[in-house]
Amino acid sequence: MAHAAHDEPPADHDGPKVLAVHGKVRTIQVARPQAEDVTYLAATKKGIGITLRHFAKNFFLPRRKAADLGKAGGAPAQQAWKNEIETVQYPEERVEYPERFRGLHRLMQRDDGAVRCVACMCCPTVCPAHCITIIPEETGDNGTEKRPAVFEIDELRCVVCGLCVEACPCDAIRMDTGEHAKPVYERGDAIENRESLLARGIRSTAAQGGLGPDWREHAPAKAATPASHTHAPTKKK
Amino acid sequence: MDWLNWHNVSLVLDNPATKWVLLAFGLVMPLASILTWMERRQSAMMQDRLGPNRANIGPIKLKGILHFIADAVKMIFKEDFIPGSVHRGLFALAPVLALAPVLIAFAIIPFGPTVYPHELGNVLHSVPLAGEAPNLTDSIRLQIFQVDFGLIFYFAVLTLANYGGTIAGWASYNKWALLGGLRSSSQMMSYEVSMGLALMGTFLVAGSLEPGYITAHGWNSHYSPANPLNWLWLPQLPGLLLFFVAAVAETKRAPFDIPEGEPEIIGYFVEYSGIRWGMFFLAEFIEIVFISSVITVVFFGGYQVPFLDEDGFRFAGTLAALPHWAVVAMQIGAFGAKVFLLCWFQLLVRWTLPRFRADQLMSLGWKLLLPASLAWIMITALGKLILMSAGG
Ligand code: SF4
Ligand code: SF4
Repeated sequence: MAHAAHDEPPADHDGPKVLAVHGKVRTIQVARPQAEDVTYLAATKKGIGITLRHFAKNFFLPRRKAADLGKAGGAPAQQAWKNEIETVQYPEERVEYPERFRGLHRLMQRDDGAVRCVACMCCPTVCPAHCITIIPEETGDNGTEKRPAVFEIDELRCVVCGLCVEACPCDAIRMDTGEHAKPVYERGDAIENRESLLARGIRSTAAQGGLGPDWREHAPAKAATPASHTHAPTKKK
Repeated sequence: MDWLNWHNVSLVLDNPATKWVLLAFGLVMPLASILTWMERRQSAMMQDRLGPNRANIGPIKLKGILHFIADAVKMIFKEDFIPGSVHRGLFALAPVLALAPVLIAFAIIPFGPTVYPHELGNVLHSVPLAGEAPNLTDSIRLQIFQVDFGLIFYFAVLTLANYGGTIAGWASYNKWALLGGLRSSSQMMSYEVSMGLALMGTFLVAGSLEPGYITAHGWNSHYSPANPLNWLWLPQLPGLLLFFVAAVAETKRAPFDIPEGEPEIIGYFVEYSGIRWGMFFLAEFIEIVFISSVITVVFFGGYQVPFLDEDGFRFAGTLAALPHWAVVAMQIGAFGAKVFLLCWFQLLVRWTLPRFRADQLMSLGWKLLLPASLAWIMITALGKLILMSAGG
């Protein structure tokens, strides 16, 4: 319909009837209010029909299973003998979140359970909400020079953009918990500290300490493919 | 315990004050409060939502009906904020003026048949059997105020509710509230005219303004008043339609909610909060119940159960006799059911139609409803004249 020709209006066009066309100027037939427009009867009847149908369906038929509600990519196809209510009653019923759902942060652990973060300050730098506070300290270990003494995220200020996760060079911060920020009574309680973030974390699967300067030799063949794909200069530009 | 006899019970129960308390607190208030919940739940169902369904007392949930208790508690304990600039006396008076007339107007509604306490266990034969005359003393009439001008009384009293909105707007000392109050009074005055005229045809057909009489007789004396075809909706269908539209406009609810227009155009109770606001709110819902009661009584046979005469069900001459108490219980239940269904229908309309513009509202009232009701009076009168001259 969007491409309906200027000169030849299709016969089943919904809009006003076109009487004549002069270039871009069209003479159309204007609809004068009819008796049914003045009394509102026809429209009222139609409207009540629609709402009544919805009411009857939702009142008499059982609800769809919670698992079928709120599926990613829209509601499932209409099921026979089920009503159309989409509401998910949250704490009791839950929908599956998409894999990339950004939930509460967590800090990943090293093999010995220590914090993986090297306090590189990438995430507080990139964070648009300035809600990450890191105070670094020296580890005294020559391999890993720094770690956070204080690592705080104010979940009330966080805009859940996920940039901190993107920025982190060593898989230390993640948002894949699938949890929401908890409701709290005091604003201060919404600040997650190093311990609470770490408690949610697990051992990271990324190789500890990196692969070293000769990583090309050690890297698994498959891992190289996506990397070269992402870093390959695009010829289109 | 010899004072506890039907005579004394009847003295108490047949007292208008008792009946009013019973009606107001037994039927009207509960129904109106439940409507506040029903409105939200029903609109949710019409819009593919669930609506309020969580209020509960321990495990008792009742699909969320208890929300109305939570609402009432909230409203009572909310801060009753009175802005400094208002006219205090009138500000306090306005919600009462909105609420009281509706409750008073309920006096004319017959919500059940006349109860004969001595005959409760017996079948009440319409033609008494030989030798046993029924004891019809100490009767209790389930109507508070029986006067020949019943429906006129209703119009007169309900007009006072008009002052509620207008005074609320004026006393609030707020431009928007004042404009809302003016919108309210102009709308109510416009629609009261056609509301009264729309019922005129039924007066002509039924021959009485007394709701109890209309209920007890129907429009055609040849048939039992319990026959649904003898109820006034049949000869007065256009009148019913006109009255319904005008009455919905009287309740100031969508699609006629220009006086309030809560979220955007700001209505007359913008300065009200807490229980005072709650009174306006409740008055609105009681008006819904009241309009439903009037339509039930005038057009749908009031407390009459289809084919249930005072001695039992009667189909095509055969009688399934029922004792008096069963008949009374069923008739009171039927009144409640009819009122409830009509309330439901009003909610359905309210959540279907978008709001009218002020000019559309006025032209609908003055240019369509008023002439149509006048024309309908003429047609009814002519029809009655023709029937009367034909039937002698
Ligand atoms: S998700 Fe965004 S806003 Fe939240 S902490 Fe990370 S970078 Fe900051
Ligand atoms: S979490 Fe990652 S990005 Fe943030 S400071 Fe630690 S190592 Fe750097």
